[in-house]
Amino acid sequence: MMLFQLPWLDLAIAIPLGGAMAATRARSVEAAYRWSKGTTAIALVTAVLAGVGFEAGFPQQSRILENGFALDSLSALLFPLASLLHFLTVLSTARNKAPRFSFTGTLAGESLRLAIFACTEPWPLIALLTVETLIPYFEKNGTTRSLRLFAWHMGAYIALLMTGWACVEGRIPGGRGVGSALLLAAVLVRCGAVPVHTWLASLFARGAFSASLLFATPMTGVYAAVRLVVPIAPDWILQSLGVVSLVTAAYAAGMAVVQRDARRFFAFLFLSNASLVLVGLELHTSLSLTGALALWASAALALSGLGFTLRAVEARLGQMPLDRFVGLYDHSPGLAVGFLLTGLASVGFPCTLGYVAADLLVEGAVETHLALGIIVVLATAINGIAIVRAYLLLFTGRRHESTAPLAITGRERAMVLAVASLILGGGFVPQLLVVSRHAAAQEVLNIRFANLGPDL
Amino acid sequence: MPTSERILFILEVLVVAAPTVLVLLLGITTLLDSRLSEQATAGATRLAVGAGLLACCGVLGVMIATGTRHSVLDLGNWIELPGETGRRLHFAVKFEFDRLSVPLAMLSFVLCGVISSFAAKYMHREAGYNRFFTLFAVFLTGMIAASLADTIETLFTGWELVGLSSVLLIAFFQERPAPCRNGFRVWVVYRISDAALLLAAVVLHHMTGEGDFDKLLGTAAWPYGEAAVEPNEALAVGSLLLLAAAGKSALVPFSGWLPRAMEGPTPSSAVFYGALSVHLGAFLLLRLSPLIALSPSLAIAIIALGFVTAVYAYLVGSVQTDVKSVLSFASLAQVGMIVMEIGLGHWAPFLWYVALVHLLGHAFLRTLQFVRASTFLQDVRALENAMGERLPRPPGLLRFAQPDTRAWLYRFALERGYLDAILIDFIVRPFLRFFQWCDRLELRFIDRADRATSPNDESSGREVGQHA
Repeated sequence: MMLFQLPWLDLAIAIPLGGAMAATRARSVEAAYRWSKGTTAIALVTAVLAGVGFEAGFPQQSRILENGFALDSLSALLFPLASLLHFLTVLSTARNKAPRFSFTGTLAGESLRLAIFACTEPWPLIALLTVETLIPYFEKNGTTRSLRLFAWHMGAYIALLMTGWACVEGRIPGGRGVGSALLLAAVLVRCGAVPVHTWLASLFARGAFSASLLFATPMTGVYAAVRLVVPIAPDWILQSLGVVSLVTAAYAAGMAVVQRDARRFFAFLFLSNASLVLVGLELHTSLSLTGALALWASAALALSGLGFTLRAVEARLGQMPLDRFVGLYDHSPGLAVGFLLTGLASVGFPCTLGYVAADLLVEGAVETHLALGIIVVLATAINGIAIVRAYLLLFTGRRHESTAPLAITGRERAMVLAVASLILGGGFVPQLLVVSRHAAAQEVLNIRFANLGPDL
Repeated sequence: MPTSERILFILEVLVVAAPTVLVLLLGITTLLDSRLSEQATAGATRLAVGAGLLACCGVLGVMIATGTRHSVLDLGNWIELPGETGRRLHFAVKFEFDRLSVPLAMLSFVLCGVISSFAAKYMHREAGYNRFFTLFAVFLTGMIAASLADTIETLFTGWELVGLSSVLLIAFFQERPAPCRNGFRVWVVYRISDAALLLAAVVLHHMTGEGDFDKLLGTAAWPYGEAAVEPNEALAVGSLLLLAAAGKSALVPFSGWLPRAMEGPTPSSAVFYGALSVHLGAFLLLRLSPLIALSPSLAIAIIALGFVTAVYAYLVGSVQTDVKSVLSFASLAQVGMIVMEIGLGHWAPFLWYVALVHLLGHAFLRTLQFVRASTFLQDVRALENAMGERLPRPPGLLRFAQPDTRAWLYRFALERGYLDAILIDFIVRPFLRFFQWCDRLELRFIDRADRATSPNDESSGREVGQHA
């Protein structure tokens, strides 16, 4: 089919980049919003066409960047997913927040993240991941809030990433082991593993929420792990990754329950979910890897939806506390339903996209060791407790008095409906997601076997 | 001329589809903010419950007429993957119609139908009318899925839907903090119960290669299945299932949530905690009774838990001063006895039938008592006014106890066996204190690190809600 032979991959990356340049010249905030919405929508269509084209058997190779930029089984889903998250972020931006929202930064970030998910070569990928760390720093909404913790951690992350890959390529004796260990450390820093996780909560609490959301939820750190660590790391490295991630998943789940600030609650909830994905990578069996990759996609979507809902609430009332009842349900039942639905989807509640993913992950964990399965199940159970607690505190317990209308807007309703239909639709028909992630898991395992065949 | 199999298939699909369509209808209109009128909501509920009940009766009729004791509705595989060792991993969507599931499904339809008619008037012009019926539909779907499930995954789906809808209905009067706090407490217990069930599901899946009950419990009709696991495996999985059942049915030590659940509207209290939800744990044990048949240790544990729960509920129920709490503990005492009967079934399998009949009869009686409770109180008051004195109260079993023992038991009962206090002091509080301590440490660290460069920082993570 001619349709899938067009350079959709290049277009998906180039359109937001061009849009970012044009957005700087927009005459008004409303014009910038409209322009960005159109640009991200077109980018989403091209990204979906690229992903569908790949699944239909048409290779999606970049014609401009040539080597190292192409879709494979892993990125065929992540590529359109990243584009969707950017589109929904722009779409659901409230009018009162638009003057402080960086449309240019978001569009540039989309182009960059799409390039990351299309990149398969190590050094270009490391370069792109390095540039990505600069975005939240420049999108502080003009505040004087310090992100020093974030800067320290990202500096260490980049240094470890570069040194690690240099060691792997250095062909010196033991270089692969040392390099893998450094890369592992880099991934742990980027994914916010305990004890190097404080930057994430700090970023969410002090940075621009939308920029933090887009920096975290696509989980580019996990992508770095799959592309750079899993194919070459010896088993002990992956086991270390698993142990640290398991501790992080349980710790972050417990921390999410006691938070008194909605943004920090979100940060820990995200951290727990991202760590569960890493646990699945460690087990490196076909089943667990399929579960981890499926959980990656479902958690990215569900947590982004939860983040968008929280952002919509913040657009009305500012940063939200979780130490008292706020009682927003009557003003905005649509946001309340969206919050609960996306939150429960992120912990794998039945009938949502995350259910099968979580089930596969637990199944893979139990296959390796029962204790692993128990901790994974407990972490998801505690995350579920944290979500309902946050829901009850934000939306129930009293009736919020307000003279201003706080009802859900058309933009926000469109976002909630889009996320809800994907979450519930995927929950009823999960086979498409699972088959696609199984193919990706097989590909990752094949590459690992090809690299470490004699050692395995 | 359609064959009996074809008719059975159509009826079985209707049983499952009726509540599902109702959830979709009420859920989608809620999401689109184009809610149905009160009349349309009640009408749709009546139609779906009626259709489901008629179909269920039809299934029973066809099964009796054709002598079928066990029929499976296979809707295909939800997911299917090639496994590592050549076997295919799949999660099937299958529903089983047998002597155990059909009565429970009929019970669910009858009680939900009666209560939805009651609620249509009881909730008239209530602000959350639509929300009540949406959650009620989710509950019915969950009950039907759980009672008819032929795979552990389907059972888990129904189990979770019942849990979520119960909690949201406890917190139904959400402009007050107390129902929300109580709903949250129930949710915490349910999550522990869900985690145990999920683990049991995964372990079963791991042991038998799939989650289908016919592979685990044999193809023979209930209760004559034979579990395809070793006795020690049956004990391990059975213990997890017992924990799950204890959470869902408020058995000791989780009984503290039951009176808290009475914060919800009376119609939902009646059908959830008098009849259906509170019996779901016992139903789970009945469904997996072939596991109990394999392990005497498991059977003894079940009997012990049932006995302790029944005695506890009798004692605590004796000192309650509001009618809903009295009824909830009376329910719990009966549930404890049902659980004992299930455990005793290890030695006398006919007791599983006794337990099923006990469960059905108790559910009907208790629903009636809950719904009648408010008018009953008025009747008693009118009677006492007419007599000019209090109605005599029959002395309880405690009259035989020594005065000291009686006083101790009275304190024990008033404090509801200190169960909540024990769980809070030994599990919840240490958990919260540890993580709150970690949180304080982290916040201090973040403040120091970030403020080192920015003394005029605008806000820290703790300073929130400034615009609220």
